[in-house]
Amino acid sequence: MVAKLKGNYGSGIEALTYAGQNYMLVNRSLIPEILQVLRNEEQFDFCVDITAVHYPQRENQFDVLWILYSFARNERIRVKTQIRDGESVPSSVPIWTGANWLEREVYDMFGIKFDGHPDMKRILLPDGWKGHPLRKDYGILQQDNEWVQINLGIESGQ
Amino acid sequence: MRAIIQYIQSYLGSDQTPGAAGNMFWALVYIMVVFAGLSVAVIAMNWLERKILAHMQVRLGPMRVGPHGLLQPIADAIKLLLKEDIMPSEADGFVFWMAPFIVVLAAFTVFVVVPFGPTHAITDMNIGILFMLGVSSLSVLGIVMAGWASNSHYPLIGALRSSAQMVSYEVAMGLAVVSAILMTSLNAEGTGTLSMIGIVQAQQAQGEWFIFKFFPLGLIAFFIFAVAMVAETNRAPFDLAEAESELTAGFHTEYSGFRWSLFFLAEYSAMIAVSSIAVTLWLGGWLRPFPNFLSGATWDRAFSLFPGVVFLLFAAMCFYNAVRMPKHPLFRIQTIGLAGFGVVLGLIGLVLFVPAVSLRVQDIFWFSAKIAGFMYLYIWYRGTFPRYRFDQLMQMGWKVLLPLGLGVLILTATVALLQQRIWHP
Amino acid sequence: MTDPNSSLSNLDLETPEKPFLDANELVINMGPQHPATHGVLRVILRLDGEKVLGLECVIGYLHRGVEKIGEHRTYTMFNPYVDRMDYVAAVSNGLGYCETVEKLLNVEAPPRAQHVRVILTELNRIASHQLWLGTHALDIGAITPLFYTFRDREEILKIYEKYCGARLTTHAFRIGGLQYETYTGFEQEVKNFLQFFRPKIDEYEELLTTNRIWVERTKNVGIISGKDCIALGVTGPVLRASGVKWDLRKAQPYANYKNFDFDIPIGENGDTYDRYLVRMAEMRQSVRIIQQAVEALPEGPIMAKVPKVMKPAAGEVYHSIEAPKGELGYFIVSDGSTQPYRVRVRPPSFVNLQALDVMCRGQLVADVIAVIGTLDIVLGEVDR
Repeated sequence: MVAKLKGNYGSGIEALTYAGQNYMLVNRSLIPEILQVLRNEEQFDFCVDITAVHYPQRENQFDVLWILYSFARNERIRVKTQIRDGESVPSSVPIWTGANWLEREVYDMFGIKFDGHPDMKRILLPDGWKGHPLRKDYGILQQDNEWVQINLGIESGQ
Repeated sequence: MRAIIQYIQSYLGSDQTPGAAGNMFWALVYIMVVFAGLSVAVIAMNWLERKILAHMQVRLGPMRVGPHGLLQPIADAIKLLLKEDIMPSEADGFVFWMAPFIVVLAAFTVFVVVPFGPTHAITDMNIGILFMLGVSSLSVLGIVMAGWASNSHYPLIGALRSSAQMVSYEVAMGLAVVSAILMTSLNAEGTGTLSMIGIVQAQQAQGEWFIFKFFPLGLIAFFIFAVAMVAETNRAPFDLAEAESELTAGFHTEYSGFRWSLFFLAEYSAMIAVSSIAVTLWLGGWLRPFPNFLSGATWDRAFSLFPGVVFLLFAAMCFYNAVRMPKHPLFRIQTIGLAGFGVVLGLIGLVLFVPAVSLRVQDIFWFSAKIAGFMYLYIWYRGTFPRYRFDQLMQMGWKVLLPLGLGVLILTATVALLQQRIWHP
Repeated sequence: MTDPNSSLSNLDLETPEKPFLDANELVINMGPQHPATHGVLRVILRLDGEKVLGLECVIGYLHRGVEKIGEHRTYTMFNPYVDRMDYVAAVSNGLGYCETVEKLLNVEAPPRAQHVRVILTELNRIASHQLWLGTHALDIGAITPLFYTFRDREEILKIYEKYCGARLTTHAFRIGGLQYETYTGFEQEVKNFLQFFRPKIDEYEELLTTNRIWVERTKNVGIISGKDCIALGVTGPVLRASGVKWDLRKAQPYANYKNFDFDIPIGENGDTYDRYLVRMAEMRQSVRIIQQAVEALPEGPIMAKVPKVMKPAAGEVYHSIEAPKGELGYFIVSDGSTQPYRVRVRPPSFVNLQALDVMCRGQLVADVIAVIGTLDIVLGEVDR
């Protein structure tokens, strides 16, 4: 499968394995096409999860991951791409409807925007919150004191 | 002074209700007795509902306030009276204030004509049953007012549901009632009656409760009424108006404290009121069971022992539970209380064995016992059934009960006509 | 939708129906304090009379930042935190986490530990389904089943309490196996429970399965097709009730589920009634699995050889299990230190809750309650 994809898209794809689990590293520019192909031609019809990892030391700070599953092949695959801070990723809601909330959560936690998402706003944190908690530069005790004071009327939530 | 005493005495020995005899004093006494009895019944019902429901659900229910939680309703009443009375700031104050009173008024006024015995009613109206149906349906007004005045969405939806439900079930209810009234005209003169007392007397005269009349027509009419009356009082499984899992509390979501307890009071007295209609129309009102084939003085005497026996049984139950109470100093007061309660019940039971007493109160006993049966049914429904959805409720009201009621009415009329013209011309 | 093959092409989520006679829409806020939203879910309903035109879920009231905490704790220290996510199925959470870290460490729990894990997890599945059944029936208006299920759930909690001291947030498993050896009489108690529990399922079913009102309230309510389920990522009993025979215990066996013989119950219509039947059948299957596991409980060690200080090699692993609510996945990135670099939890409730909108369109308010109940969400897991 990967060989075929490689043939079509060239060097933008790198297939890797860790602990018996397959994943591929894909160029940011190839993402929409690859996901579409995986969904339509390779039968990865179930988008299990979308998430991200933050590496502040790298130039491409974020890993964005799609964890996909195919019912027909009973197989999982992870698609991974690296993006810079502030860069956006094309939304996969048109491909898997269920990606909606998952992408919102990634935006909420990392501040990564998804282009073409129907309703790109925070999901777990309140709308006016400042900061994205799962970034490595966001401290574990940190909070948006201003928001807490205005909306909850208390000095601090801690 | 003498004139007053004479006025009071003049009623004694009358075979009419005080209202019909035009005696103000005894009418007032009856009103007080009925309302006091009703309040006690609601309180008892509150405790019984919690207890019976609890035992259906493998738990104990109230156990802390008084022996076996007997004083729980009183504690609740005090709590409700002492609670802060909250009115939403955006509510329509006057209407919000009026609504519970209208509901309570409608629920209590109907008891004016409820016949606890041939002379034991506040008054006897020749339009008794119409009065009951009419006044009891006034309560929907109060519910709509409550829902609207609260200026909140949940009460509004609850009130809309409730009014639609009550109005549509009244139709089926009315048809069932008419078919029972038709049966009262099956006498030599061919004149029926709408008087509540007259209806029971007609059953006595015909020697048959209307539920068994023209089997199964009477039974079906009774069944329609029994379903409609649950819907009419907004009880499970038709408690959509106050479905706590959907609309938090329906039309009385915004009410608290005393106002809320008025709604509560009205709900339970409405349950008793509609049950008393069912008892009067189909179950022979104050008549004892088996009036026709267990008749005669011996059986009359045997059945007149019944009230006393029942109270003695209650007393025995109290004593049994008092003996079973944990033998611990902390439980001493509770044990004594329970035993004392048993003593009171036992004394009432013994008094009821006096023939002079039992003759006068056995009507009330049978009437109350039949109502108590209905109350148990209400609780049983609540413990067993899930809640209907609004459209399903409407479907049942209009598509099942209404045609059934019409059919029963037509068949009853036909059979009655045949019986009068052909079989017994 | 650009893609003609998209499974949701017939599902128009953007344009709701016009209200009847252009009547005003009624916007109702349900929750976060509402008796039937199972916690702090807030649903904003747009209604035409009683008909639902659309709804929006507002979540996050219970957000505790579990994933952030995970980055600041060692692998072992984070273990108890996962119990607090789906707090009615804490054992399943622990199993998923431990297995994921074991994969990172490349160790495997010994057979005895695996068996005990299966027993406890399946008991947990029963407990979770019991809680679901009670509250779901309560939402629909049947108040009695709740007490029956809680009475029987108590027996399971007693077993947990004896085993690990906790009843709700049971921290039963450790990375590499079990912390505790089973207590004396554990097997007999589990067997007794199974004996006790089998007739109880019939008792629940007697109250509900053929109850006319129950059937009317749940049949053809909240229908979702298997295709829509897959497109929305819905898993667990909801997916199976829609006719997709997929269970991770069979599809990608973890622990030692491959040694046990059980069926995957599926439904046909994907309505609330089918989901109810599927969950009831799952309880019976769980009983079957526990019976097999407890009868074949092997002797042996309960812990694999794991280092005192866990430092998995740098890498990343995704592992998922079939939790009572659906696929519960953990994605853990290790950078070779004692703390995970990133822990991602794929919560089944969170993803399943997305389907609420699809399932409630065009239904009545009362059905929204039924559908929230049938999705079996736990807000602790949705918000994490």
